[in-house]
Amino acid sequence: MPQMIIDNKTIEFKSGQTIIQAALENGFDVPHFCWHPGLSVAGNCRMCLCDVGMPRMNPDKTPALDEQGKQIYNFLPKLQIACATPAADGMFVRLNDKKVESAQESVMEFLLINHPLDCPICDEAGQCKLQEYGYKHSKGESRFIETKNHKDKRRPLGPNVLFDGERCISCSRCIRYANEEAQQPVLTFVNRGDHNTIETFPGQEFDSPYSMNVIEICPVGALTSQDFRFKARVWDMSFNETICTGCARGCNINAGVRDNEILRLEPRVNMEVNQYWMCDHGRLNQYKFVNTNRVQQAMIRENGTLLDADWSVAYTRSAEILKHYQAHEIMFFGSARATNEDNFALVELARHIGSPNIDFVRYHDEAFGDAKLRHSDRTPNAKGAETLGVKPGNGGVSADSFVHAVQAGKIKAVVIIEDDIAGLSSAHAQALASLECVIVQASNMTATAQAAHVLLASATYAELEGTYTNFQERVQHVEPAVVSKENASRMGLKMSRLDKFGAENDRWTNGEKRDCRMHWRNLTGIANALGAGWSYKKSADVFSALADKYEVFSGMDYALLDERRGILFGKAHEEYVPVFEYSSHDLKPQS
Amino acid sequence: MRSPAGKETQKDRMGFWERIYLPEIAKGMATTFKQMFEPAVTREYPEERFAPTGSYRGRPVLVLEEDGERCVACGLCSRVCPALAIQVQAGETLERDKERYPEKFEINMLRCIFCGFCEEVCPEEAIVMSKDYEMVFQNREEAILGKEKLLTPVAQLQDRLEYLRTHQYYEPK
Ligand code: SF4
Ligand code: SF4
Ligand code: SF4
Ligand code: SF4
Ligand code: FES
Repeated sequence: MPQMIIDNKTIEFKSGQTIIQAALENGFDVPHFCWHPGLSVAGNCRMCLCDVGMPRMNPDKTPALDEQGKQIYNFLPKLQIACATPAADGMFVRLNDKKVESAQESVMEFLLINHPLDCPICDEAGQCKLQEYGYKHSKGESRFIETKNHKDKRRPLGPNVLFDGERCISCSRCIRYANEEAQQPVLTFVNRGDHNTIETFPGQEFDSPYSMNVIEICPVGALTSQDFRFKARVWDMSFNETICTGCARGCNINAGVRDNEILRLEPRVNMEVNQYWMCDHGRLNQYKFVNTNRVQQAMIRENGTLLDADWSVAYTRSAEILKHYQAHEIMFFGSARATNEDNFALVELARHIGSPNIDFVRYHDEAFGDAKLRHSDRTPNAKGAETLGVKPGNGGVSADSFVHAVQAGKIKAVVIIEDDIAGLSSAHAQALASLECVIVQASNMTATAQAAHVLLASATYAELEGTYTNFQERVQHVEPAVVSKENASRMGLKMSRLDKFGAENDRWTNGEKRDCRMHWRNLTGIANALGAGWSYKKSADVFSALADKYEVFSGMDYALLDERRGILFGKAHEEYVPVFEYSSHDLKPQS
Repeated sequence: MRSPAGKETQKDRMGFWERIYLPEIAKGMATTFKQMFEPAVTREYPEERFAPTGSYRGRPVLVLEEDGERCVACGLCSRVCPALAIQVQAGETLERDKERYPEKFEINMLRCIFCGFCEEVCPEEAIVMSKDYEMVFQNREEAILGKEKLLTPVAQLQDRLEYLRTHQYYEPK
């Protein structure tokens, strides 16, 4: 591999890389605004200037050495931009010296001439690149006493993105994103000099299904989210890693949580799954159901109404009712929205009871899928449910024949995890209503939950620990992002500052801590009430049982899944080369 | 001095006259007697009240201008508050020039330690320490003051604002 020297440290790089790529991959900090690894190189912000030298050669092509025998370098007369200068073998780069520092200072002073400095009301504050570099690479003083330019402060570029002209530093990341990634080239610069600003072409708006990614890549607070605007300061939220369950892609995301409520979702880099992006649909919808319309606790129907019950009572009751029926009269609905662990536990329970009637419902929507991220399978774990054998056994009733089987009196009891079966069609709703035993584990108060005889509150993706298998057959690990009674003991450090230090009687920390449990835990409760003697205590126990049993999962465990950012079926034993993950700007200082 | 066992005994600590107490009691009585003829420093509250000057750090309040509150709900006071007494929820308005305002602003006076950091950090001079030191609450809920109790017309805060202008905590170089 070719070698170069950055700040007196010799590093290796891949040929074809630019200086900034080589430097970032080797842990150097190169200030930059306009460069983004997912976009073309524009080289217009000049923040990444560095001093570049090449080894001097004697006329006879031998290296020129000084008296001490050290290589002499010829430095280029002007500073070069690290983002557009290819790294070369033997190159010497200075990222930190007087000349570079003074260039950075000048660029910062220039960018701040017309910047409004409205950090107090700017949603970006706390994770803004301009703020960060203002501390690190600028004198913190301006020589400009003239009045600042005024521009539009609240212009919608599309339905979800608002543009603040005064904060824009004209880096063109958003324009390049719209052209190259969103494939909707509607943004452009207009006017010149300090009147330069961004506009959409007349009569067009930036409404691509991926438009909101510009909010993250904008290095400043010029592009803000219509949905999130002013909901919280970034330092008041904890950003907890999780996975979007909006479709079979399983984009890696962070959930911004304050007061135990998810306030926003944003993409987290995973080069194999979603790279740097996520879709607007996921971003706008995948947190709302976590916050609202939840099933609050275990409930049992007495004389027609659902009443609160103890968990252990609900488990025993479920087992008692199930015992009234023959195994082949009971139907089990797994779910492509539940984790591998949950579906595994359900399959085991059906096996324990001896019922062949097990299946799950598929949610396909061709109109949703596209060639970028969105997948026509609208569930996060159909692959997992399939692989773990959530399908009818010999002569078993399938999801499609369920209504018919109920009408024919073949099915008399049903156990449902997660899915809203009654919401599928009125025939399904009627079928459920006609049954005497409907055991439902649901996170939200759906029609199915309301039809239950025993209702067990279940954790959403944001409260559980488990794994999902996306359409690529990549198994990905999720950990809880919000606190529930079940996971409270492990969440301490992951909570936001306010949640961590609030007391019971503080109004700002009374966000609900729901009494919901993971499906596999509920299923274990029922199975044990039926005398199965399962000993699962935590998700990892279920996962290791599952990994022992199914070849494709063998060798996987949660730590390994985290380290490799997800593992493809059957690839746990293969060698793994870590990939560099660029993140444009994060909350500073990182907690 | 320590006794051989390593324990300090009363005998080690005190001399003979101290150990018999009586001279010490007499000294104490003499001090008390002398105080009876000194001028009194206590006040007959509530008939007689203390009128603080601008430098006094009483209950923090929000400054109310003619066209509404100064606060832009930046949350810096809430961030800096060492006692986590302040909660701010920002909202957006299209009516005023300042697009951001506090939809909710609450100070929990049971938490507040009157340090004045919120006043110091505020970029809008929107929260200041008032002269109010009379805080009586019947229960915890009552001690959480909302916007309606916090907003104070700017005219009533002139002393403090004047004090802040003349005594900046931080002098920019
Ligand atoms: S873009 Fe950055 S520097 Fe500008 S106002 Fe927003 S936070 Fe402050
Ligand atoms: S809006 Fe943001 S991303 Fe777009 S040019 Fe301005 S600063 Fe760059
Ligand atoms: S593409 Fe799918 S997984 Fe990714 S954010 Fe959108 S809905 Fe979620
Ligand atoms: S620091 Fe000032 S402007 Fe900001 S929220 Fe507090 S009172 Fe309002
Ligand atoms: S990052 Fe190199 S010029 Fe902007």
